Amino acid sequence: MSSLQSIRSLNELLLEKKQAILEKWFDSVLETYPHDSAKFLKRQKDQFANPVGSTIYRGMGSLLDLIVNSADADNITKSLDEIIRIRAIQDFTPSHALAFVVDLKRVVREEIKGETCASQLIDELPEFDRRVDGLLLLSFDIYMKCREKIYELKANELRNMTSKLVERANRIFEAKYRNVDLEDIISQGNKTERGE
Amino acid sequence: MAKFTAKPAELLKIDFKTPKTDWMDTPVNIREHMYCHPAKAKDLEVVDFPNIHEWRPVDENWNLPENWKEIVLNGIKERLQKYRSFHVFMDICVRCGACADKCHFYLGTGDPKNMPVLRAELLRSVYRKYFTTGGKIFGKTAGARELTEDVLKELWYYFYQCTECRRCSVFCPYGIDTAEITMMGRELTNLLGLQLGWIAGPVANCYMKGNHLGLEPHTVKSNIEFMIDDIETITGIRVNPTFNRKGAEILFVTPSGDLFGVPGVYTAMGYLMLFHELGLDYTWSTYASEGGNFGFFTSNEMAKRLNYKIYAEAKRLGVKWILGGECGHMWRVLHQYMDTWNGPADFLEVPKSPITGTVFENAKSLKMIHVIEFAADLIKHGKLKLDPSRNDHLKVTFHDSCNIARGMGMFEEPRYVIKNVCNHFYEMPENTIREKTFCCGSGTGLNASENMELRMRGGLPRANAVKYVRDRYGVNTVANICAIDRATLQASMDYWVPGTAVAGIHELIGNALVMKGEKERTQDLRLEPLPGKEGVE
Ligand code: SF4
Ligand code: SF4
Repeated sequence: MSSLQSIRSLNELLLEKKQAILEKWFDSVLETYPHDSAKFLKRQKDQFANPVGSTIYRGMGSLLDLIVNSADADNITKSLDEIIRIRAIQDFTPSHALAFVVDLKRVVREEIKGETCASQLIDELPEFDRRVDGLLLLSFDIYMKCREKIYELKANELRNMTSKLVERANRIFEAKYRNVDLEDIISQGNKTERGE
Repeated sequence: MAKFTAKPAELLKIDFKTPKTDWMDTPVNIREHMYCHPAKAKDLEVVDFPNIHEWRPVDENWNLPENWKEIVLNGIKERLQKYRSFHVFMDICVRCGACADKCHFYLGTGDPKNMPVLRAELLRSVYRKYFTTGGKIFGKTAGARELTEDVLKELWYYFYQCTECRRCSVFCPYGIDTAEITMMGRELTNLLGLQLGWIAGPVANCYMKGNHLGLEPHTVKSNIEFMIDDIETITGIRVNPTFNRKGAEILFVTPSGDLFGVPGVYTAMGYLMLFHELGLDYTWSTYASEGGNFGFFTSNEMAKRLNYKIYAEAKRLGVKWILGGECGHMWRVLHQYMDTWNGPADFLEVPKSPITGTVFENAKSLKMIHVIEFAADLIKHGKLKLDPSRNDHLKVTFHDSCNIARGMGMFEEPRYVIKNVCNHFYEMPENTIREKTFCCGSGTGLNASENMELRMRGGLPRANAVKYVRDRYGVNTVANICAIDRATLQASMDYWVPGTAVAGIHELIGNALVMKGEKERTQDLRLEPLPGKEGVE
């Protein structure tokens, strides 16, 4: 019970400083993009004119809320997915793509630093870190799923191109051999092969 | 045991900041999954492309011909003389940046070299160096740079990350069309044999067999017969189109994608049903069996060469006019180039709908109209009996294809048709539709599978708007009138907005069309149960 209470106080601080933390956290992810683009990704607020910047910003904002409220994995996955789905297909290595998750620890520590109750809050940090670690683990799964999806898309496209062909071949086969026992055909084939 | 060599300091380095460098000092980094494989020699030989050789984009050495630089510079010179627009576009950009953040590839990649202004600057800097006095004298300070192998690689990489969609040009105060600069850039890469397989294959097929997929006449016919069987299953009616029939009133030409893949075939079934219901005197051609033109993604000459067959076939068959299927780039090529390339088609008549009597004055010289104009006119005159409730399982949005919308200004016809055949239609946000529409991300021959990452990045802005209408209104279908959209948007939807289907508008027409003598329908054109008819066979 006592640990829960102390978490709440870190939570309170996170809530109070949410905007500042969010901006810093967002800035740190923007730094992984080319300098000229980072400015655009931050400045343009229209979500349709700037899908990458706005989606990441929105996703990070809801992640902060979810962490504070100890939300369940499903909700967290949804917000993480929005961000990672983008970064999984951009010019990043896996570690590069997911580093933003770990970076939250740094951002929060920096925010705590100047607080008068900093030493008390530091006691609560392990619990907070544990949650961020949880996020990171979820992130691995999401990242892998996105990458697998890319490969699946390639296969699907091929299938879409040829599915009608296969379907037609099946229909022709069925129509031709509807009343024929396949066993007969096979044994006939075997006989022919053996030269009988 | 593997030796662990990373120094602790390196392991701890989790600072991923991107260094600030000027674009000219940032070398090109060619990455897998971002480009299409090089063309096969045999495909290039068929149409006499020059300098055919083995090469791989990620290799250091591209095995370029010895005089490659001379070839490129002469190529630029020739094009500056030939195309006035190219020369003007090389000179007049004031680098105001209005276009910079308007490209879907820039939005999806965040790579500054995908800003239209910078994409053009890649070539413009070379132009300055060799063709302007300022550039010759002041070099880098005047924005000029030497043409080196690395620069060539950069040009290649980024001109094949532009779908020639022209969204940037809408926002440019000078009307600079980066798509045209890309076209020139691609022509230059062709001179060196640096063509893409996904473009060269369809070009060779089209030249040899009449269509991109290389379908031979009997295959074209049997594919359509297969659709006829499905239509009979669904409606109880056997439609009977004709092929290569001399003396038909109308020649129908569509992209070959409609004859083969899913969901293109459902669109083609829609055409077959509509034309049958109207009793249209039309014919398919197994020779002019491709409306699309991948030659357009290589050079003006190649596009002209591949286009020739359409008027020629219309003449051979003695038809009165030509009707074109649902396609985007096909329509841009036909509408804006065919007449000047291979016209005038004086032997044809101005298209006139035999059903409504409407004369399509807009095609007075071209003699060809888009099937969606034709369909919209039919509906406007009340010539079709429609039951839109058969599409009630679909919540539809419309994706304006760049070439038809931005290129041709055809905004209303498709929307008018959708609203008449569907009860649930929702527009995407204003800055993502009509002339500001976002590209599917896979046009201009970039619809291969090996470049799937590029396609997903380029497809994000469009998908992001679809996601918005899905979350808000429950949209589950993206309608369009373009064969490349039908072939490629599905992948983008599956990645970004899972559960969203892609459909041609004629598929929706086919569902809603009440045909004379049809049986009670229980299935849609995909042979899926109609709403309320689940479990009925
Ligand atoms: S034409 Fe389209 S793809 Fe090419 S630079 Fe302009 S916006 Fe980008
Ligand atoms: S909008 Fe036009 S003038 Fe301005 S940077 Fe772009 S191409 Fe140049």
